[in-house]
Amino acid sequence: MNTRVIPVASAHTEHTGHTAHAEHAVSVALKIPLTRRELLKGTGVITGTLAFSSIFAGLAPSRVWAVELQGLNSHQGEVILAFTRQIYPHPTLDDAVYALVVKDLDAKASKDPAVQQQLASGVQQLDALGGSNWAKRNPTAQARDVESLAGTPFFSTVRSTAVVSLYSNTLAYTHFGYGASEGDAGYLYKGFNSLSWLPDPPASDSGPIPSDS
Amino acid sequence: MAQDNNKVRFSHNDERIVVIIGSGAGGGTLANELAQKGVNVVVLEAGALHTQGDFVTDEWGSFQMLSWLDKRTTSGTWRVARDFPNLPAWICKTVGGTTTHWAGASLRIRPYEFKAKTTYGDIKGASLLDWPLTREELDPYYDRAEKKMGVTRTNGLPGLPGNNNFKVMSTGAMKVGYKECNTGHMAINSIVRDDRSHCFQRGFCFQGCRTGAKWSTLYTELPRAQATGHMELRTQAHVVRIEHDARGKAKEVVYYDSDGKLQRQKARIVAVAGNSIETPRLLLNSHSGRFADGLANSSGQVGRNYMRHTTGSVYAVFDEKVDMFKGTTMAGIIEDEAVFDPKRGFAGGYHMETISLGLPFYAAFLDPGAWGPKFTQAMDEYAYTAGMWIVGEDMPRATNRITLNGDVKDQYGQPVANVHFDDHPNDEAMREHAFTQGSAVYAAAGAKKLYRVPPYPSTHNLGTTRMSSRPEDGVCNSYGQTHDVPNLFVSDGSQFTTGAAENPTLTIVTLAIRQADYITGQMSKRSI
Repeated sequence: MNTRVIPVASAHTEHTGHTAHAEHAVSVALKIPLTRRELLKGTGVITGTLAFSSIFAGLAPSRVWAVELQGLNSHQGEVILAFTRQIYPHPTLDDAVYALVVKDLDAKASKDPAVQQQLASGVQQLDALGGSNWAKRNPTAQARDVESLAGTPFFSTVRSTAVVSLYSNTLAYTHFGYGASEGDAGYLYKGFNSLSWLPDPPASDSGPIPSDS
Repeated sequence: MAQDNNKVRFSHNDERIVVIIGSGAGGGTLANELAQKGVNVVVLEAGALHTQGDFVTDEWGSFQMLSWLDKRTTSGTWRVARDFPNLPAWICKTVGGTTTHWAGASLRIRPYEFKAKTTYGDIKGASLLDWPLTREELDPYYDRAEKKMGVTRTNGLPGLPGNNNFKVMSTGAMKVGYKECNTGHMAINSIVRDDRSHCFQRGFCFQGCRTGAKWSTLYTELPRAQATGHMELRTQAHVVRIEHDARGKAKEVVYYDSDGKLQRQKARIVAVAGNSIETPRLLLNSHSGRFADGLANSSGQVGRNYMRHTTGSVYAVFDEKVDMFKGTTMAGIIEDEAVFDPKRGFAGGYHMETISLGLPFYAAFLDPGAWGPKFTQAMDEYAYTAGMWIVGEDMPRATNRITLNGDVKDQYGQPVANVHFDDHPNDEAMREHAFTQGSAVYAAAGAKKLYRVPPYPSTHNLGTTRMSSRPEDGVCNSYGQTHDVPNLFVSDGSQFTTGAAENPTLTIVTLAIRQADYITGQMSKRSI
């Protein structure tokens, strides 16, 4: 089996501070089996390349990522990714994060034939609007199409999955600047009151830093 | 059972037991107070045991672990019914109940709020009553609760150090002229005490406090009660019915155990503390020939007057980073608006309290159902955002109520609770005022964008078996003892006659301490 998992750089030690967290983010999210197309067991795959400007790019030795699909085919995956980008447009957020939404929808589709059917016909409907491959349609027309589908069950399935999946992963935490599990040990000695662009509140309204005994 | 600190096991046929249903602020406290006095107690908790080591930082993962997710339905004009039709409340099903999830704000209900009807007068469409209790009567018990819980700024304990989110609130509050804004009265250790750590400013108060700095019955009242050898905690024990004897006294509690087997526990006294949705549901589901409308419901008030506080949030975006997620979730409180001042156009008052949500929950709750560039821009500015939550007194209404939904059954075949809620015009006027004031606070601190965020699924659920001096107006007396069934008590926020403007946990604990004194007194007099 020519399967490999994209390894995570450990050599990028020139970044400090935030890097450990970001590396962890990449290692979690991009631990995706990348195989030759013909060796895939699933029904589809979506692939992408991290942009050079991506905050994740410097952290992964390979900028190529792939998500294997079981309940959707590659084309459906690609269209749903483009559709999700229109619902929650973040111009600088990498496709790799949107791919996590497709991954979660794919999991639902492989468990539930009704979801699979709903997603398949949604993609079909979009392709009909776009002429052939909706993913290749120009973004302005895509935005219009998404608007016209708002409130449909297909739209709701994608949106309600996306609002969870897109913002609940370590790549997103890094991108949007949320500490997540980095805060597990507490911010008491790591910047809980580091904000310096406003004056400190009066001491009587706040309280002392506690000691450990 | 993986971890079982029980030192005693009581027979299911032991008729001398006090059975407490629920292990949160009310049930957990009552259990410990009774056990410390040598009263034998069985606590039946529907949830499983999750300890501090089990708590996770992942918001959705934690939500799945700790929340009450059994089916419920909703109706009414409140937005929660549209956005979260099966999640009217964000409360817990786990040992320790919602004290695992609460943020720790511990404010005493103000004297005038105990006299809501007298103070506010007749308000159309509201079923206001005065509490059968005054602040003066309750103060000694508040003292005991604050001491037990280690509330900051009481008993010589310092306040918590303010985090970034608080700095923003404090600056804005001073600029708009508010005088009372500080890091609050919090049941979070500001120093090492009570064999528990001080707060490390993790910021995951809602996900369960891993250090134990935040008071929760999970690691205070419950293990201490068990240590006396007078309390047995049974987890995943889901009560479906309370049965009574021929004289109309509660005699037995029927529950499903962790294996799904039906069990019965005889009782001398039954105390219900399942939070204000499950408590009335259980009483309603316990209807019998004698109590056709539900147990302790001769007044018809069981399930009525459901209150959830007038809430909402203001989030504000600044040019520079706030990182609101760093440090305690409820890091500061403005108290200036928690007064009775009808010139504002509404009765009752409200607090503004900082709140922070992690990225996943900010996405879920900022504007439920929203999508498109306006929404994503708000998400892009997450790190630059500060937040506050509004907590105000809402009006009790007879029509806001918990009823049994006979069309929908839970996993035990029991009708689920339907939660009906319509905002009263007073609630709407207060929310509007609070949104305006909260926005002014942040504008004064330099906000460039402001978001008015609708109420989350309810965390403060109150009033559904309210206290009243007259039996026809409510379900229990000032001790939480039901008017109809003398050995049946309510020990949670369902007892609240009105909602007041304060986060309810401190008062629930206070009432439980007082109730324990009353119960032991009555037991020794053999009157129950």
